[in-house]
Amino acid sequence: MTPETPSSRSAQDLARSARAVEAAPDWEAMILRIRDHQDQAAFAALFRHFAPRVKGFLMKSGAEATQAEECAQDVMATLWRKAHMYDPARASAATWIFTIARNRRIDLLRRERRPEPEDLGWGPEADPPAEDVAVLKQESEILHQALSDLPEAQADLIRQAYFGDLSHREIADRTGLPLGTIKSRIRLALDRLRHAMT
Amino acid sequence: MMTDTIRHHLPDDLLMAYAAGSLPEAFSLLVATHLSMCDRCRAAAESYDAVGGALLEDVPEAAMSEASLAATLAMLQAPDPKPARRAKTRDSAFTLPQPLADYAGSRLSDIRWRPVGMGVKQAILRTSRTATARMMHIPPGVAMPDHGHHGMEMTLVLDGAFSDAFGLYRAGDIAVADASVDHVPVATDDKACLCVIAADARLRFNSLIPRLLQPLLRI
Repeated sequence: MTPETPSSRSAQDLARSARAVEAAPDWEAMILRIRDHQDQAAFAALFRHFAPRVKGFLMKSGAEATQAEECAQDVMATLWRKAHMYDPARASAATWIFTIARNRRIDLLRRERRPEPEDLGWGPEADPPAEDVAVLKQESEILHQALSDLPEAQADLIRQAYFGDLSHREIADRTGLPLGTIKSRIRLALDRLRHAMT
Repeated sequence: MMTDTIRHHLPDDLLMAYAAGSLPEAFSLLVATHLSMCDRCRAAAESYDAVGGALLEDVPEAAMSEASLAATLAMLQAPDPKPARRAKTRDSAFTLPQPLADYAGSRLSDIRWRPVGMGVKQAILRTSRTATARMMHIPPGVAMPDHGHHGMEMTLVLDGAFSDAFGLYRAGDIAVADASVDHVPVATDDKACLCVIAADARLRFNSLIPRLLQPLLRI
């Protein structure tokens, strides 16, 4: 999943991701509208799309419905409050929201702190170049498509690793698959994803 | 920072588990500290975050109640809970990366060392009990007590260097060993080795005396 120049991708991938970009609302721009104009309509659109997904994600991780709903509201409120920290050249809206939801889940279900890397000391700066934002958006779409194209057995293990809050060992206990099989399936899945990104 | 000299990086399964949020706190602390020192692993970690983002798009939705949007908008009217600002006091000579400073204190002199023999000092960090984290200060040329471990052990060098059968580990390098590994890390001769270690089970010592001391030393 190292960044590659767009020219190294197949025309088919480009066409596919271009269609998807046309179809999808520009969630990243909506977060910037919240940052710049406290735009409640943009927030409402993001909320309708992402809050039910965050709630679904938390319930898959073992939260009860009520708890998951409150937590999803919290996650969306954090998006509003931290919009000034969002960098559309580093993360898609979905990725950024995932990281907020993941951190809340650790706090909620495990009552643990989540150590985060030191902030890069680049300070507040002007918006990143539009080109970088477009490349990140396109790569995110290709990654999304590549995940959908994974064989079900591999996709399932990746989903369990991310949503089930399970270590590889725990996945082995739950699925009855040998640990080695799980590690090699996940490795295969990651290889496929990397291949899709180059 | 020191990113060009790092030779031993985080393996993919740990990077993914960190992105997924499934690592015990002590291991997350070492991952976050390494990411603060290593641009390559930081970029890889962000790509694993992106996998989480792509999965979030396709997760089965759970309907929110009718009132939830209005309730959230109302929450936003309340004043912002301001996060406590991180202290930025720094030693001039040597600074701990921020994630570690949050646990150990930002100055080296803040660390509460306890001697564990042979001039080796240790400081336990407070994390959840799912795994342990501790800092160790090993004089030049001295070996860490001979040990194997029940579970996974991860060592991150902060200053100085150590070597074992698998190679030389310098500042920023990370060593991951599972239960099958019996290794004897020795600090290199030139200077003391400062490192931080996470382990997911009590270390198993190979000689009797350290085993008796284990409950006392919490190593």
